Amino acid sequence: MAEIKDFLKNLLSLPGLSGYEDPVRAVIREAWQPLVDELSVSRIGSLHGLKKGFGDEPRPRILLSAHMDAIGMIVTGIEAGLLRFTEIGGVDARILPGQPVTVHGRRELPGYVVQPPGWLLPEDQPTNKAVEMKYLFVDTGLRAAEVNELVRVGDLVSFAQPPIELTGDLLAGHSLDNRASVAAVTACLQELQHIRHIWDVWAVASVQEEETLGGAYTSPFAIRPDLAVAIDVTFARGPGSPANYSTFPLGKGVTLGWGPNIHPALYEAFKKLAEKLDMPYHDDLMPRMSGTDAMGIQVVAEGIPTMVLSMPIRYMHTPVEVVSMKDIARTGHLMAQFIAELPVDYMQSLRWDDES
Amino acid sequence: MTPKKTSPSTSPLIGAEQIALLERLSNAVAVSGAEHEVRKIVMAEIKDLADDIKVDALGNVLATKHARQEPALRVMLAAHMDEVGFMLVDGEDGLYEFATVGGIDVRQLPGKTVLVGKDHLPGVIGAKPIHHTTADERRNAISLDSLRIDVGNENGKKVHPGDRATFATRFQQLGPSLVGKALDDRLGVVTLIELLRHAPAHIELLAAFTVQEEVGLRGARVAGYALDPQLAFALDSTPAGDLPSWDGAESPRYNTRLDGGPAIYVADQGTLSDPRLIQHLLQTAETFGIPCQIRQPGGGGTDAGAIHKQRAGIPVVSVSVPGRYAHTAALVARLDDWQHTLALMVHALERLTPAILEQER
Repeated sequence: MAEIKDFLKNLLSLPGLSGYEDPVRAVIREAWQPLVDELSVSRIGSLHGLKKGFGDEPRPRILLSAHMDAIGMIVTGIEAGLLRFTEIGGVDARILPGQPVTVHGRRELPGYVVQPPGWLLPEDQPTNKAVEMKYLFVDTGLRAAEVNELVRVGDLVSFAQPPIELTGDLLAGHSLDNRASVAAVTACLQELQHIRHIWDVWAVASVQEEETLGGAYTSPFAIRPDLAVAIDVTFARGPGSPANYSTFPLGKGVTLGWGPNIHPALYEAFKKLAEKLDMPYHDDLMPRMSGTDAMGIQVVAEGIPTMVLSMPIRYMHTPVEVVSMKDIARTGHLMAQFIAELPVDYMQSLRWDDES
Repeated sequence: MTPKKTSPSTSPLIGAEQIALLERLSNAVAVSGAEHEVRKIVMAEIKDLADDIKVDALGNVLATKHARQEPALRVMLAAHMDEVGFMLVDGEDGLYEFATVGGIDVRQLPGKTVLVGKDHLPGVIGAKPIHHTTADERRNAISLDSLRIDVGNENGKKVHPGDRATFATRFQQLGPSLVGKALDDRLGVVTLIELLRHAPAHIELLAAFTVQEEVGLRGARVAGYALDPQLAFALDSTPAGDLPSWDGAESPRYNTRLDGGPAIYVADQGTLSDPRLIQHLLQTAETFGIPCQIRQPGGGGTDAGAIHKQRAGIPVVSVSVPGRYAHTAALVARLDDWQHTLALMVHALERLTPAILEQER
């Protein structure tokens, strides 16, 4: 797992905003190269890794989808050498002031998101009001002339907070949503090196989940899997989070998605397996939609039976998201064991309750 | 003959060595009331620069470099070692409530990384996921009582309520800028160390590296009394508010501007600077071609506010390096402004004689 932690820390040190995933894709590609038989990149940038099964051809296929794109910002204007910006993905402006960022201009420029003094804001804004994103700036420390030369409207701004290790085998950083899941899929591929699985395994690092679900709609179409698992992060219980059905204890197990995006028989299968493995898990109830790649995958082509596995993280969509390395290991192990046990005729056993 | 003008931007006084020292000081942790880390660095740096060094009852470092000729003028120079930050006040199992120490806008805290305790244990200040917020809620600032410092599952073994914490920002040079936490007032600390190094022979230089400036100028008060100077300068960092207004207009209110050179104080919340000293600084700047600016009179304050009322009164003025975003994770100052600040002070001390006090205020 030390190796997975280093890999994940590397991923957390990279940009790769929705629609511009190439920096992170390059590193995932390198990690997956020795673990799969074929690697390709989809027309819109998702990374596809095929690890062939040991069954007779044509083999059934399972798709593991973890989105690799990250939330961030994009430049909308330049005023006196300071950058105005808006969000890519869901960003709460209240976590931005003082945030280290990288501006992807003609070269990479480090900078900070800054909050102007209240008197420069409409109606001399009081300190108990949040400053809207449209009033914040990025300051690169450069003078106006240089900024005008190096930065254009439309340039990306990514979070630059380096990952940090907290006590108790916890890792904090930006983009743990969803690179924690990329790490879990990688751990699964590692475990599969020692397993004679029948099915073909398609590992996908998908694009644009945070904005368009573009990867989730297109990769399954190209791959046409029999089954799919979307791997994503969910909400850990902690400061600021509601203590209700939507949050889970950090580091106390994976969560199994349950709701309309999930095929109930797949849920049952994963639940049985977790119990057999004596692995802690919680049910992640998703009454309407899962907010994951599963939303796209499920409705591709004729429809695909889909499951959602998640790891709880604290402070989602901030640059200090916190994950437990244990939960990442568990998720990888659960997927690998599920794949290990998939019989060639599994699809025949995947039935609705009301089917005889 | 016209006076020889120096070119302060190429002045050798602040170079790689001084910037490296600023980096160490910026990365060190010294929240008001717990200044030991910075004090240790200062003590090591000045041990060969001063004739007499002591640490007083509050933790100030008081260093004297004796004059080597008469008539000597007793000049106090003050720079504060402390920085704004936090104290853990309650909690366990890795999640701690905390209080702010010094003037911190709580809106600067969510989503930041911090260093906790003497061992600099890393921690984060998280925020509720945007998915769990409403648009209405996002219009209000996140309150301090809902924030926690999260150091992980350490079960209270490594950190405790009472420990200090501060932003985890690492110092960087970005183009013409110096960027880091606590540059207010580590810029002043390095400036003061350099002034000890370059003390003119006719000045009895009384250097005070003060504590607790951010919580009420407490160190400066007792240092001013103990050192008993004839006049004093406070060396600090002051906010530059030279950003465009929300509607893109240039704001008439800016306090100071980056690239405008050292900021000379005329009036702030606690001090009406001594006009003789203001004139002396302005004349020095003009004589040597050093850019400088007058800080817009208004609120705020420096160690000068405590020093000028000690004993029978001490003439004071403050000289600050302008910096954007003071008291946040990252202050942005310009290297040029800092170099000009040191150049101005070096020349001002060289030109300073007891005659300045003969004229009545």
